[in-house]
Amino acid sequence: MTTEVQAPANTAVFASGVTRTFGNREVLRGLNISIAPGEFAALLGRSGTGKSTLLRILGGLDRDYGGEVLVPQRRAVVFQEPRLLPWQRVLPNVALGLAPTGPNDRGRLRARSISALSEVGLASHARAWPVTLSGGEAQRVALARALVREPQLMLLDEPFGALDALTRARMHGLLRDLCARHRPAVLLVTHDVDEAIVLADRVLVLADGAITVDLPVRLDRPRDRSHVGFTALRTRLLDELGTSGGLCPDCPLVTTRLS
Amino acid sequence: MTVLGKSAKGGLPAAAATLPPPGDPAAVSITLVRPSVARRHRAGRIPIPRLARRVIGPVLVLIGWQLVCTQGLFTSVEVASPIAVLDAARELWSQDVLQSNMLISLQRVAEGLVFGVAAGVALAVLCGLFWVAEDLFDPVIQAARAVPILGLVPLVIIWFGVGEFPKVFLIALGCVFPVYINTYAAIRGVDVKLVEAGQTFGLTRFGLVRRVILPGALPGFLVGLRFALVGSWLVDVVAEEINAQSGLGYLINQAQTTDRTDIMFLCLAIYAILGLVADAIVRTLERYLLVWRRGFQGG
Repeated sequence: MTTEVQAPANTAVFASGVTRTFGNREVLRGLNISIAPGEFAALLGRSGTGKSTLLRILGGLDRDYGGEVLVPQRRAVVFQEPRLLPWQRVLPNVALGLAPTGPNDRGRLRARSISALSEVGLASHARAWPVTLSGGEAQRVALARALVREPQLMLLDEPFGALDALTRARMHGLLRDLCARHRPAVLLVTHDVDEAIVLADRVLVLADGAITVDLPVRLDRPRDRSHVGFTALRTRLLDELGTSGGLCPDCPLVTTRLS
Repeated sequence: MTVLGKSAKGGLPAAAATLPPPGDPAAVSITLVRPSVARRHRAGRIPIPRLARRVIGPVLVLIGWQLVCTQGLFTSVEVASPIAVLDAARELWSQDVLQSNMLISLQRVAEGLVFGVAAGVALAVLCGLFWVAEDLFDPVIQAARAVPILGLVPLVIIWFGVGEFPKVFLIALGCVFPVYINTYAAIRGVDVKLVEAGQTFGLTRFGLVRRVILPGALPGFLVGLRFALVGSWLVDVVAEEINAQSGLGYLINQAQTTDRTDIMFLCLAIYAILGLVADAIVRTLERYLLVWRRGFQGG
């Protein structure tokens, strides 16, 4: 399935001239993107622009694309819904992505899964059934399941979209910590401009099937939403997304929270 | 309960503007009701255990049945009373007729179930996972399903004679279809999002089947199993009534030739009880296998 190709040096994601059409609708038209190892990139775009399509291609879930795409072998995806297997308790769900390499490997995998669960603060829930978890807890388990593989690339598809504002803020902090510790390359798909600026090293905007904006975020952490640089970047991005004067009925960008 | 609406002093300005000023004769009056009627436990009421409540219905039926018989509405050949059925049970038990025939029927049903369920699951997994298998087998299975199994009995006798095999074969055939259809539909109904999640975590095809698809199809399989259990007894009776020298169906057939309505009722009652037992077994199975659905914490 996977063919090894020599990727350009110092690259975790390399995509060049990516195209994807659904019927006769061209969603991606020769998109180029490259992400460095350990880099946190956020991808913004109005709904229907193909953010999730790109993420699915990078995650290996969509094979009907054109162009060249290179990604690391060890990848993990966190979706908007936790997508935990309801018939397995939390711990085996976390261990889902770990294949035993030897006969006496079970103990080691178990230990790794428990430590991943501790990292998201849910070690005590190892034996709980997924249905008993709250939305935020389930999403933390999904994060642990992604982290336990020590991924070189983490793909996050609006992972906090279904959470309430307070839980989301806590998840942002957790994700920053985890990424600082494990240093995977990250592509976060979101439609929340503030979320992108708070978390990312680099913000990209997808429009008309290609990356139209590629801005580094040079703000000190923790990032203050009322900082001049923050608000300037927010205004710039909102402008790029076409919300400044236009009507965008299904566009949740206007919910940019001013705390 | 009726409460006269008064515009509150600290109310919202917009709402206050539409409300009449305090003391206005045209004050708005809204009828208020309770959102739900609170459950009240009447003092002195003795709680009846669930089992007892479930037994009341059948007991009433039995009493009514006995009354109808003692009133002489029917002759004893037309309808046997519960007491007559009990007597018949005692009589046949003492002659070892009841046990041996029940046992042989149970054995046939068990064998037929094992083979039928196994074949049903195997076909469902094949067709559920592989398009080639589906295109190859599914139309055949759907066509075969439309053929009434009972219509096959004469043919099966010609093919396999009157031994044990044709009976087990017919019962197995009766179990294949419900298990196949429900399991197959359940496999195809497994949430594609979970399958995708498994794929992104590098599960092999076999790993996906074992950890995602089969557990996801389990509830559907259990529904099929329930249908199969009922169907297996149905086919068993017919198979034994037509070509057998033993079994409950044979007993019913014999009873008809000797006008022993009590024995016929007895056999029917046994079928009913066996049906209840089978259902209880599947329920227990579901309780253990589908524990994750209810968010059970212990165990």
